[in-house]
Amino acid sequence: MTLEYILLLFFAGLIPLAYAAFFLGRRKAETDLERGYRLNSPPSFYGWYVIVWMFLPAIAVSAVFAVLHMAGILSVPIPVVLVGFLALFAAGGGLALRHVRASLRARKIVEDVIRWLLFIATCISIFTTVGIVLSVVFEAVKFFNMVSLWEFLTGTTWSPGSAFLEGAGRGGEQASKAEFGSVPIFAGTFMITFIAMCVALPVGLFSAIFMAEYAGRNLRGVAKPALEVLAGIPTVVYGFFAAITVSPLVVRIAKSIGLEAAYTNALSPGIVMGIMIIPFISSLSDDVISSIPQSLREGSYALGTTRSETVKQVVLPAAFPGIVSAFLLAVSRALGETMIVVMAAGLRPNLTWNPLEGMTTVTVRIVDALTGDLAFDSAETLSAFALGLTLLVVTLMLNIVSSIIIRRFKQQYEM
Amino acid sequence: MDSNSLKRTRTRYRRERRFKFYCATALVLAGIFLVIFFADIISKGYPAFWQAKIKVEVSYTQDVKDLPFLAVGKDVSNLISRAWFRKLPRKLNEHPQLIGSTHTEWVLADGAVDQYLKEKPNGLNKEQKNLVDNLRSQDRTKLAFNTYFFTQGDSKLPESSGIFSAAVGTVYVMIVTMAFSLPTGVLTAIYLEEFAKDNWLTRAIEVNINNLAAIPSILYGLLGLAIFINYVGIPRSSALAGGLTLGLMSLPVIIISSRAALRAVPDSIREAAFGVGASRWQVVSHHVLPMSIPGILTGSIIALAQAMGETAPLLLVGMMAFIPEAPSGFTDAATVMPAQIYTWSAAALRPYAERTAAAILVLLAVLILLNLTAVLLRKRYERKW
Repeated sequence: MTLEYILLLFFAGLIPLAYAAFFLGRRKAETDLERGYRLNSPPSFYGWYVIVWMFLPAIAVSAVFAVLHMAGILSVPIPVVLVGFLALFAAGGGLALRHVRASLRARKIVEDVIRWLLFIATCISIFTTVGIVLSVVFEAVKFFNMVSLWEFLTGTTWSPGSAFLEGAGRGGEQASKAEFGSVPIFAGTFMITFIAMCVALPVGLFSAIFMAEYAGRNLRGVAKPALEVLAGIPTVVYGFFAAITVSPLVVRIAKSIGLEAAYTNALSPGIVMGIMIIPFISSLSDDVISSIPQSLREGSYALGTTRSETVKQVVLPAAFPGIVSAFLLAVSRALGETMIVVMAAGLRPNLTWNPLEGMTTVTVRIVDALTGDLAFDSAETLSAFALGLTLLVVTLMLNIVSSIIIRRFKQQYEM
Repeated sequence: MDSNSLKRTRTRYRRERRFKFYCATALVLAGIFLVIFFADIISKGYPAFWQAKIKVEVSYTQDVKDLPFLAVGKDVSNLISRAWFRKLPRKLNEHPQLIGSTHTEWVLADGAVDQYLKEKPNGLNKEQKNLVDNLRSQDRTKLAFNTYFFTQGDSKLPESSGIFSAAVGTVYVMIVTMAFSLPTGVLTAIYLEEFAKDNWLTRAIEVNINNLAAIPSILYGLLGLAIFINYVGIPRSSALAGGLTLGLMSLPVIIISSRAALRAVPDSIREAAFGVGASRWQVVSHHVLPMSIPGILTGSIIALAQAMGETAPLLLVGMMAFIPEAPSGFTDAATVMPAQIYTWSAAALRPYAERTAAAILVLLAVLILLNLTAVLLRKRYERKW
């Protein structure tokens, strides 16, 4: 707390200094102007020029020290860093102030610095991607040193059993060998995704057709935002709904027709996830259907077709690539969805075709492995990163394929 | 027209009607779900805004400091919340003049009594039920507005648990998220729209940003865990770790919407500014950016609402801890509203279910408010060029 406070005071103190320097720089340029020199840039840019030279060297040097500190090469006590920062700050400002004269190309220099700042901000998004890939790959590689990739991808039993004991520091006393065969986990994921798509695709697509082809302006104005409300509901809320309302309902209905259903059945998270994805499919398909040129429809009507015939035989075939791309995006959404399955699906990997049994998914296993109290380099914890890597690869592939399809589609119709 | 073609026309019209019916049904189904969903959550959550209280004689003796249970009659003491008893010693220390006096007070009832009064399954035995019925017939029980729910943090006792610390945690996390992602996102959008040349690097960055927007949120949690917590050493469960993780997640949303807002400003404005000798940054900062601020704001509010409802990545950075006291800094352990909803929904005690639904109602109300603001902003400042 005290350190945070000191740092806060320190940087707050820099602001009036920078402010003063800005005025000095501008003043100096203005006196030159009054003396009859022709200024290269508007006066305030000279003020910014001084500020840039105050902060850039100081921040650059501190950043170097911070990196050295984090890499463990060199550790400088914080007071020294602060004093050094202040010295560079003052020196940079003083030198820059001496440099200010009418012929200085202040605007050009300040703009170049701004351009670099913007570029650095842009690079953060690249660092994010690199960060996600690296953090997942590094830990996954550690995992694949313990478990072979082949076993991970083709094994049909997932029982981290003894890995748990190792993680708790009691590796010696267990009996069963840990097995990390992820097929049942993938099977559960695909089952739940499949159920979700069975709900979302027909409802979403037919809603989109209705809104694009049949509904009037008013109905559209009500229906579209209503569907978007579905998209705005947090997934944890859907999860609660699936676990507390839908699951017991499914169990009751199954019982009434003589079937046995687990409370963690795959059907209820699947259905609720499907509902969550409806707006996703409907709004993407709506865009695609609306972008089909009106001339195609009119040509079809001129031949005497009804609306539905036009939709089925002209509009949908033309919109097909776009709908496929929407479908793929929705699948990637469903695969990566976490809260609904964490709250409503099971924890136990289960290889079965029966959606009324409990099943688990990739995301459930990730959350389960990383929210426990296990040591960070136990096999079970690391398995989460291996599963994360698979999820990353699959969703990225789906996205890329989907964006290629949609680009081709747009080239065809957006003249 | 012969009868055959007439028949065919009829069949075709029937098909037409059927198809239209299917389409309308799909939309109606989605609408029905929305209605059922809200009805279900509201009916489950509404009772939690009311909490049972019991009127009892409280005698403040010296012994109460050590044995708070002595403050009330033995018959009713197990109907009263332990949370209330726990606060007695402190209350007496703060107000020593109370010692020796007796007051009639409305005190917080035990969770099971609360559930019984709301006619829900509860853990009371027959004797206790009779006692509560007795109290009720004397008008010594009531369901009062549940202020605890809004002023208390999480608790192991359902009747004294509330959303306060989670709400404060959410505010902290959102401050970090926005402080990081808003400037970074807007600067990135400015660079890509106004400064970048159309070369392979720019195109790679664009593809990358679009892909980032579609990466499952849980993978951001893995990033936060591996890099922010394990590598940089930001404290687990802290608002800083959670906020940065969510900040990275909402970055693509802000970039994409800010770019759209910048692109909506017509080139004639830029050309006019260039024409009077403005530099590129002057064009952007004096003209383009001020004109696109409503659009950028709308996008940011939507990103904020999205981040506010996000749970999965926060679970991985440890933000599902039990937090009874509101955090007082960015590095304190904190929890957020969705994470609180998640922990409560997993709690075994029944009264938590209604609190979960009530917390959901509060969260949904905030999110709807945010989205409405965004819609109104867009309507108010929408500009056709």
